[in-house]
Amino acid sequence: MAAEEKDKSLLGWIDERFPLSSFVSEHLVKYYAPKNFNFLYFFGSLALVVLVIQILTGIFLTMNYKPDAKLAFDSVEYIMRDVSWGWLIRYMHSTGASAFFIVVYLHMFRALFYGSYKKPRELLWLFGMVIFVLLMAEAFMGYLLPWGQMSFWGAQVIISLFSAIPVVGEDLALLIRGDYVIADATLNRFFALHVIAVPLALAGLVVLHLAALHTVGSNNPDGIEIKKNKDENGIPKDGIPFHPYYTVKDLFVLCVFLIIFALIMFYWPDFGGYFLEAPNFEPADPMRTPEHIAPVWYFTPFYSILRAVPDKLGGVIAMGGSIVVLFILPWLDRGEVKSIRYRSGIFKFALVLFVISFIALGILGTRPATPTATIFARLFSAIYFLFFLSLPFYSTKEKTKPLPERLTHSVIPLEERVGWHWDLVRRILAWVTSIEAYRRLTGVVGGYLKKADGYVEELIKKYSK
Amino acid sequence: MVCKEEYQMIDNGVDTSKRWFLTKAATMVGAAGAVMAAVPFISSMQPSEKAQAAGAPVEIDITKLEPGQLIRVMWRGKPVWIVQRSQEALSSLAKLEPKLRDPKSDESEQPATAKNEYRSFKPEILVALGVCTHLGCSPTYRPEVAPTDLGPEWLGGFFCPCHGSSFDLAGRVYKGVPAPRNLDIPPHQYLSDTRLLIGENA
Repeated sequence: MAAEEKDKSLLGWIDERFPLSSFVSEHLVKYYAPKNFNFLYFFGSLALVVLVIQILTGIFLTMNYKPDAKLAFDSVEYIMRDVSWGWLIRYMHSTGASAFFIVVYLHMFRALFYGSYKKPRELLWLFGMVIFVLLMAEAFMGYLLPWGQMSFWGAQVIISLFSAIPVVGEDLALLIRGDYVIADATLNRFFALHVIAVPLALAGLVVLHLAALHTVGSNNPDGIEIKKNKDENGIPKDGIPFHPYYTVKDLFVLCVFLIIFALIMFYWPDFGGYFLEAPNFEPADPMRTPEHIAPVWYFTPFYSILRAVPDKLGGVIAMGGSIVVLFILPWLDRGEVKSIRYRSGIFKFALVLFVISFIALGILGTRPATPTATIFARLFSAIYFLFFLSLPFYSTKEKTKPLPERLTHSVIPLEERVGWHWDLVRRILAWVTSIEAYRRLTGVVGGYLKKADGYVEELIKKYSK
Repeated sequence: MVCKEEYQMIDNGVDTSKRWFLTKAATMVGAAGAVMAAVPFISSMQPSEKAQAAGAPVEIDITKLEPGQLIRVMWRGKPVWIVQRSQEALSSLAKLEPKLRDPKSDESEQPATAKNEYRSFKPEILVALGVCTHLGCSPTYRPEVAPTDLGPEWLGGFFCPCHGSSFDLAGRVYKGVPAPRNLDIPPHQYLSDTRLLIGENA
């Protein structure tokens, strides 16, 4: 060993003491991902970026925030008004919270769409689900910290959920609050959990999630395993190295994401009362519940399910159940075929109904519980559960399409799509492109684009010299 | 595979049953120690001595309370309502009984002096804990009869904005709403005709 010529470079020095090169090679340069990822595959890496944004902004917020029931509300206002750029850091954190859930919901939808939770990715899905639950806990505890009216009453409702558990419920709620009501003790411990315990657990689970991902490899829009088709060097024929191909692609998407993020953060940080709710600009008042209380938008689908059941324990069980069914999804869906591209019409129909119900429950959860709204909430809650509970019965008998040997498109071109609805889309498109106004419009836009192209070329010529 | 061979090498000539006993015993002692070490941490999350001591009774003067008026008093960090009910309101209570889950207050919490049709010691004065028995919101006071949003059959009562539970003017819960129980009546007593002590029964 000693006779071997030593690499004199810095990297060589490090590699003898730490597996840097082999780590980069294993997880980036020689990690082969399917070549046909489409836009639904961006949200995993975006979620990681949002996590970093939240941790960074969170660190700077804690420098001025005071976790004390008497000081908390004012310290947030202090951050907003007196701390240099404090408003920016706070809005980045609050917008980041909502962005996190948008990205994670789309990430989870992708898994449903392409069957990414199925064998051999069950553990990957489970780690992801634990991350989702922790994320909800993190968001919930963070929402108490500004100590506004919605913070207080939201926490009151959610902690009372635990008291519905038979026998131990009341004691458990007391243990969570640390007082007989939501009080300073509650705020202080939520602060501790929000800034230390849960973020640490989240970071650890992200590592587990990625470790599982890199063991089984990514799924893809076709839902077939690229590892089954390898060339003579043992490299999947349909795989491309994650770096540089997907790192560059993800960086581009990150730019687009950050533009949208910045637009919301600068111009519409409360997002019409959905990202920051109006009653939360009033300090917490334990004597008076606001006229209409609703959780932040990302909890509303589950909140609707809770409200739909006219029984305390029943409502809590239904709400808990709506999360538990997600955990056991890999074992409910017994079909072999993963991707929606090759699954039956029944599944497609069920998934459409499920997505409609989830969104409808979300909308209903932001509104007062009128009798009509409650009837709809019950209907959509039933569909939510039926989607999962009917899967074991039909998934093995589904009429699926034959799977391809190799990967196909990332997005199926319109010409190749079959079905009456796609015929309709084609006919509408043909009609639109045939009308005079459309031709004129494309002419004008095309002209501008050509001009812009010319300018860019001139600039390149000018500065490349 | 490699692991298995290594095990066999180590196990050569060793009484493995003794080794397993020691492993299990050490694991159990370790686990017991971990559980015991967790006790102080969990206990630190219980309400502190200070929080436990902060439950003193509250005295209130109700001389200025007018018919139909509701006043809020904070007791143990929770709102307590004192409502003066009109004669019409009291007479409407009996009419509602078929719509209520527990009209006789058999399952609800109240001092013995308030376990009657009005759920109060003095019929016209209701003292109730203003905390919904569902998930702890504070319901809104809606004494008006048949408002547009609550329907023509509403005879006055309390409506919880959080999850739509409704209670009548005696704090009794309606059927078919999420709240499981009537509103709690806190322990209270009259020190004189107009002085009320909340937090202690007579």
